[in-house]
Amino acid sequence: MTMLTRVSAILLASTCLAGAAAAQAELTFWQHGAGNPWEPRLFGQIVEDFNASQSDWKVTLQQFPQAAYNDSVTAAALSGELPDIIDVDGPLMPNWAWAGYLAPLEITEEELEGFLPGTIGRWQDQIYSVGLWDAAVAMITRKSTLEKYGIRVPTLGEPWTGEEFNAALETMKESGDFEYPLDLGMWDKVEWYPYAFSPFLQSFGGDIVDRSTYQTAEGVLNGDAAIAFGEWWQGLFTDGLVPGTSQDPADGNQAFGFRDGKYAIVWSGNWNGAGVLEAFGDDALFLPAPDFGNGPKIGAASWQFAVSAQSENQQGANAFIRFALQDKYQAMFSDASGLAPATATAAQMTENYKEGAPMAVFYDLSAAQALVRPVTPGYVVQSAVFRKAVSDIADGADVATALDAAVDEIDADIENNQGYGH
Amino acid sequence: MATVEEAQGTATLEARSVSWDRVWRYALLILGAVIFIFPLLFMVMSSLKPDAQLLADTANLRAFLPVGDISLDNYFGAFRRAPVATFIFNSVLVTAVTVVLSLFVCSLAAFAFVFLKWRGRDIVLAVIIATLIVPFETIAIPMLIVVNNLPWISSDGLTLGWLNSYRVQIVPFIADGLTIFLFAQFFKDMPRELIEACRVEGATWFQIYRKVVMPLSGPVLATGAILKFLAMYNQYLWPLMVTQDEGYRPVMVGLQYFFQLNPVWGEIMAYLSVITVPVLAFYLFLQRAFIASIASTGVKG
Repeated sequence: MTMLTRVSAILLASTCLAGAAAAQAELTFWQHGAGNPWEPRLFGQIVEDFNASQSDWKVTLQQFPQAAYNDSVTAAALSGELPDIIDVDGPLMPNWAWAGYLAPLEITEEELEGFLPGTIGRWQDQIYSVGLWDAAVAMITRKSTLEKYGIRVPTLGEPWTGEEFNAALETMKESGDFEYPLDLGMWDKVEWYPYAFSPFLQSFGGDIVDRSTYQTAEGVLNGDAAIAFGEWWQGLFTDGLVPGTSQDPADGNQAFGFRDGKYAIVWSGNWNGAGVLEAFGDDALFLPAPDFGNGPKIGAASWQFAVSAQSENQQGANAFIRFALQDKYQAMFSDASGLAPATATAAQMTENYKEGAPMAVFYDLSAAQALVRPVTPGYVVQSAVFRKAVSDIADGADVATALDAAVDEIDADIENNQGYGH
Repeated sequence: MATVEEAQGTATLEARSVSWDRVWRYALLILGAVIFIFPLLFMVMSSLKPDAQLLADTANLRAFLPVGDISLDNYFGAFRRAPVATFIFNSVLVTAVTVVLSLFVCSLAAFAFVFLKWRGRDIVLAVIIATLIVPFETIAIPMLIVVNNLPWISSDGLTLGWLNSYRVQIVPFIADGLTIFLFAQFFKDMPRELIEACRVEGATWFQIYRKVVMPLSGPVLATGAILKFLAMYNQYLWPLMVTQDEGYRPVMVGLQYFFQLNPVWGEIMAYLSVITVPVLAFYLFLQRAFIASIASTGVKG
């Protein structure tokens, strides 16, 4: 072998090696679970499995603490440093899509058949995000408590009517056994308010914004149905059925107040299901939301995967998301978190949601009652306005005035943002 | 004799009034100390208790006492939940380097404003002082865009963008209006004759800065260091924006690791207790330097 041939061979070999290395594109995945005891481990597992399953892409996971996550994404978008794969909170997704942070997914409707409605994020007829799980809330109580006061156990097919629910609360209040029969978690004044309480408004027939146009809240947030909701809502506090906005956080934390017997019912989610089951076992009941006339409703949409519009490897990012959506990963997350998996087939693989399992009812609740929060970029503002309005009404503000003020604020924001692209 | 007795009586009355005066004064001081110490005490005691007990104790004085089920479990839990040691190392490193560089650069700037005569110095100083009223939040985004386009020479050659580094957390905060203002105010009160005498003796400006002005600047150095230390150690927004890599995050961003759906309050208190140690240590260390500086300058004066 001459010197020239040898050099050529070395050059060719190194070019091939470099080519092979270059073929594997590096992708970054941002996730909000830093500090959470299970999320970094489970997402790490998916990333590791994905990287081992193919040689075209290599995903690196970067964890952020949840409370700082949205600000980090906004800052990265401004500096052009968004990662390839982002996780996004369901109700926030339209805002990020509208702001140009996200690209539509290449994953089709057919591929997501059978997913719970709250796990798919759509904006302008395109799928932008999809999640492995959904959160669901229920009226959590004890069989023995309802029996004691002669209250009917509601079912998904026949939930409590509004009158029945109010009568049940009054019966328990009059017994003198509870200072407040119902804990709504009023201490948690952030996204909990619209997530947990706007379904009551929707069950009355109102809403945060008019979903037919997303251009106004007039008539839906201050119409007759909304006023009826507001008066019922205020009555809960003036009649002493629910502790007010200054409720002790210690009661709401992990439903401690309910578990200690301080309240008869707690309006809380599947993330507290395991704790309640541990405390009361078979006596625990997870009941559907009451029907105030327009059908029983609960909130939906939790954290989901999305692809960054700045990604140069959108195909790889979609491949990762497709890989992560497998039933086995949904089941793994559900077992670790207590949250409901996205599909019925995955539910059968879980400890808590398989047929006959104690929390299976949460899956059914999500499938039957879930209504996502308004799908609009303006939801970020609307959420805050709604929070303030229901908080003010709980504290004794005039219902019509508070709701009119909320409508004015929401409408002004929509106008300032030229209709948010609807 | 009567005069002596009267004098003794007056002295006793004075002594009594002095001792009552002292009692009141100490009572007030103790009350003040208690008000300031109780939150710290609550934090440390809570860090030793499991959540159920911690939340139950908040309703009474047991919250301030090491009673019940006491253990270091929350500390182990906090270190398992987040890379606490990395956060503390990052914060201490960024803070220490920034404080040292800031004291040096800002004192030099103030020296030039006070002792050197140059055209426009009053206007420039006024502009620098005016920056004190500009909230950081208003310039955070432009600053982010600037640092993201700054060049740097590394082992990979010339790269663009400073995100995810220590320098991005240090360099923008080295020079600041408040520290320059503090030094300038302090330097203005120094006797001009001293500086002029040095000039007559042939000292260079830098010699005057290093050998005359700075040795007399103990109090302002201590004050500047404490203020800068606190501002840097408590940084949240800026590191949040510029550090996507966990390896560069400081303690305040790290605190967010503990706010989960069901926060473990004991671990939060344990983390807060751990990250408070460097602040207290630094303050106690500089408090001594601060008093020593005043004493020494007083004697010389």
